[in-house]
Amino acid sequence: MTAVPLQPPRRLVSFTLDGEETRVPEGSTILDACRSAGKDVPTLCQGDTLTPKNACRVCVVEVEGARTLAPACSRRAEPGMTVRTDTERARHSRKVVLELLASSTDLSTTPRAAEWIKEYEAKPDRFGADAARVDEQPKIDNDLYVRDYDKCILCYKCVDACGEQWQNTFAIAVAGRGFDTRISTEHDAALPDSACVFCGNCIEVCPTGALSFSTEFGMRAAGTWDEPAQTRTTTVCAYCGVGCNVTLHVQDNEIVKVTSPHDNPVTHGNLCIKGRFGYQHVQNRD
Amino acid sequence: MDLRYTDAAPSDAEREAVDALLGPPPSGWEGAERTDEDLRWARGGASAAKDRRDQLLPALHAVNDRVGWISEGALDYVCRRLTVAPAEAYGVATFYAMFSVRPRPAKVLHVCTDLACAARGSAAVCSDLTERLGAPGTPAEGAVWQESPCLGLCERAPAALLLQAGAEPANPPQATLPLTAGENPPSATLPPAGANSAPPAIEERGSGGGAPEEPATGAIRCSAVLAPATASALVTAARAPESTLAEPPAGAAVPQAGDPALVLLRRIGTVDPASLDDYRSTGGYTALRRAFALGPAGVIREVLDAGLVGRGGAAFPTGRKWQATAQQADGPHYLVCNADESEPGTFKDRVLMEGDPYALIEAMTIAGYAIGAHQGYIYLRGEYPRAYERLGHALTSARTRGLLGPDVLGQGYAFDIEIRRGAGAYICGEETAIFNSIEGQRGEPRSKPPFPVEKGLFGKPTAVNNVETLVNVLPILEHGAAAYAATGTETSTGTKLFCVSGQVSRPGIYELPFGASLRELLDLAGPPGRLRAVLLGGAAGGFVRPDELDVPLTFEGTRAAGTTLGSGVVLVLDDSVELPRVLLRIAEFFRDESCGQCVPCRVGTVRQEEALHRIVDRTGAAAAQDIALMREVGQAMRDASICGLGQTAWNAVESAIDRLGVYK
Ligand code: SF4
Ligand code: SF4
Ligand code: SF4
Ligand code: FES
Repeated sequence: MTAVPLQPPRRLVSFTLDGEETRVPEGSTILDACRSAGKDVPTLCQGDTLTPKNACRVCVVEVEGARTLAPACSRRAEPGMTVRTDTERARHSRKVVLELLASSTDLSTTPRAAEWIKEYEAKPDRFGADAARVDEQPKIDNDLYVRDYDKCILCYKCVDACGEQWQNTFAIAVAGRGFDTRISTEHDAALPDSACVFCGNCIEVCPTGALSFSTEFGMRAAGTWDEPAQTRTTTVCAYCGVGCNVTLHVQDNEIVKVTSPHDNPVTHGNLCIKGRFGYQHVQNRD
Repeated sequence: MDLRYTDAAPSDAEREAVDALLGPPPSGWEGAERTDEDLRWARGGASAAKDRRDQLLPALHAVNDRVGWISEGALDYVCRRLTVAPAEAYGVATFYAMFSVRPRPAKVLHVCTDLACAARGSAAVCSDLTERLGAPGTPAEGAVWQESPCLGLCERAPAALLLQAGAEPANPPQATLPLTAGENPPSATLPPAGANSAPPAIEERGSGGGAPEEPATGAIRCSAVLAPATASALVTAARAPESTLAEPPAGAAVPQAGDPALVLLRRIGTVDPASLDDYRSTGGYTALRRAFALGPAGVIREVLDAGLVGRGGAAFPTGRKWQATAQQADGPHYLVCNADESEPGTFKDRVLMEGDPYALIEAMTIAGYAIGAHQGYIYLRGEYPRAYERLGHALTSARTRGLLGPDVLGQGYAFDIEIRRGAGAYICGEETAIFNSIEGQRGEPRSKPPFPVEKGLFGKPTAVNNVETLVNVLPILEHGAAAYAATGTETSTGTKLFCVSGQVSRPGIYELPFGASLRELLDLAGPPGRLRAVLLGGAAGGFVRPDELDVPLTFEGTRAAGTTLGSGVVLVLDDSVELPRVLLRIAEFFRDESCGQCVPCRVGTVRQEEALHRIVDRTGAAAAQDIALMREVGQAMRDASICGLGQTAWNAVESAIDRLGVYK
């Protein structure tokens, strides 16, 4: 059971969402309001444990009186605002953004991408066979995790998780500019030579599978990764007194990766290297 | 926070360059020799002050200026000194086009291939240069050349800028600054006060005078502007930058110089930009005195009544911006002057800063006073070495004379100004990207709200105004709001500066009252015989046909005609110009300059350029499908991009298709 800390009472803001009068606590985003109203607005770069960077722009909605569309994930609801989530204009931008992303990166391991591409009738192929792609080779430079930036949509989540928002290690940052922008260590060093402490919190937040456990990466390559067949067990890490919650993902009686519940009020899904990667002793049966 | 640094060591020159900016390292924790004492305390956590992060960009400049590129050791040393994570500093260093993290020669030749220069033959210069020096990016003769976006020298296109890394000149030549040819006798020499920070007069370089001795470390830092440029002049300059010819004075860019009707340009070419006395004897600092008499609220009222709106492109009422900033309870308040003029075809701010630097300083002092700021920043384009020197000199002398500092004009108001140099990123002209850049972050725009008046530089209330906007405050205070508003139209008051370039006989900066027509402006500049089109408002603007020249040059008039004044770009193209190539250059510009933060712009600008490449020689049905594709992508860029760059990246192309029928 995870405890939900009580928040001080907040005033309510009332605004119009798709024609309905809606009241949300002050400070809520339009996305919060949509989700509590049961509306499905697609998001890619938004993450439940991080301050939204609003970089992907798939969640755009129409705010009356505004020249441009607004990102639902980070725009706060204001009293008297009139918001429409499913207009022609908003749907058009979402479709094009999906096309732009899918034509330049590999979204095969991004949850729900295929579903949204279908829903919005996006046709990533229409930019032609020569359309520029990110074209990165997977970076396999350590035993614990793989960085496959061909799948990276530059959502900045791993950077925020490694840096100021959680880990404070600052091992990875955004480098370069424009289409050449990449997530990178200092001087593009290999991970073991960088400041990385292998907490794996970046993997935890990556929405596309660009960052993954070496086990998962290898099994996917071998065609043996079978998510529906996996079980998940949440237990307590036994290494130290912090006692973080860990969720063991098990396939064929082997731990294949370790995550942590995001709604845990202490860890918010973050772990250290031991809790995240130090599970071999569990399955050492000799 | 426990930062991990690399093991790479800086060279002596790199260390010296950084220490010259930041002072010697105080302890082993910041890169000094480690002493026993250092081992008795740890630097980290709260004591590792993060508040020096804003020195990151200046520190990267220091290394780049000295060595020509930023090595791993140098970057690591900068990080230790400032407590910045190396990965983050690497992300910042790789954001800017003027920095390199790979070894390169000390001399870098930037050859402009942007709109105005392309219209005036930059392609030929580049192909000649390729023959003589090799392909762009390949070092030859201790130099390397590269293609560059607009250098802001469009009136003298095609243009090039040579930057040589090296030690600072030990004793810069103390020469008189020449004025416009023959118009006024050179009256002043650089004052001895603050002589060691006085700028070298770069027009005088090579023309006699004591050339500084070369220190043992090699090259002396210098810059040379070559415009108009020829390949042979560029090759000579690459061999011996110090021998390049003098650059014409700023006044040469003002064809109307001396015309008594000029307001903003009236001093340019007629007074010595290095002389504070000249400035004062031509009415300088009367506006500031009036400001003190009116008080901050009075100044804001005057600016509101004058109807001044921002000249940077967005046309927001300046008085309202100031009022909103002044009203914020949070403090301190900041003033930022946006002098990162990078819109292709724009060079008015450069001419203002080079020709009349004290005017900007006085105007900023007034603005700072009005909004309750005690610190102002000039965020200056990295490619403007002469403006940097002139402003630097003007700041020093204003400080010496009590016009800046703890007690401005004895009025008990403290105000000072710092210049921050950009490093080659058009996006840093976006008002919130400026904040990130000054703070030592990547120059990525922030999403709004919150707006700068609430949370701007360092998260504090900030007013951002561009150079031309600020300089307008002087005539408002000198003659009063009513007199100012009597010029121009009802909603566009005052005068406007236009940057006329391309195929005209007298390119340069023109100042006209709002409401003059495009035809009147072109008549002044000498239009080509067979006009094909005029690009108004720059790469983010729109094209105007030869039969539309009566459009009034006002914010409302251009808007009604479906185009924009933008920052005042008037690029004139005759029918020798191949429009599809111009559009390709525009698309290439946006693709190059996108910060890369948001998807519609990062990928959309690439797709736009690809489509334009496909149809460059096609018309009609053969182009239709790609045009439809661009419309769809363009709409999403306009609607869903975070900032103005992505939102306007499709404007000019769209207007060329719809108004000029390029691919018909
Ligand atoms: S690696 Fe993953 S988390 Fe990091 S920016 Fe790319 S997609 Fe986002
Ligand atoms: S994950 Fe790390 S910090 Fe958390 S309990 Fe395990 S060892 Fe301790
Ligand atoms: S629109 Fe372009 S320049 Fe602006 S934030 Fe997005 S990617 Fe960056
Ligand atoms: S300097 Fe070349 S376009 Fe301006």
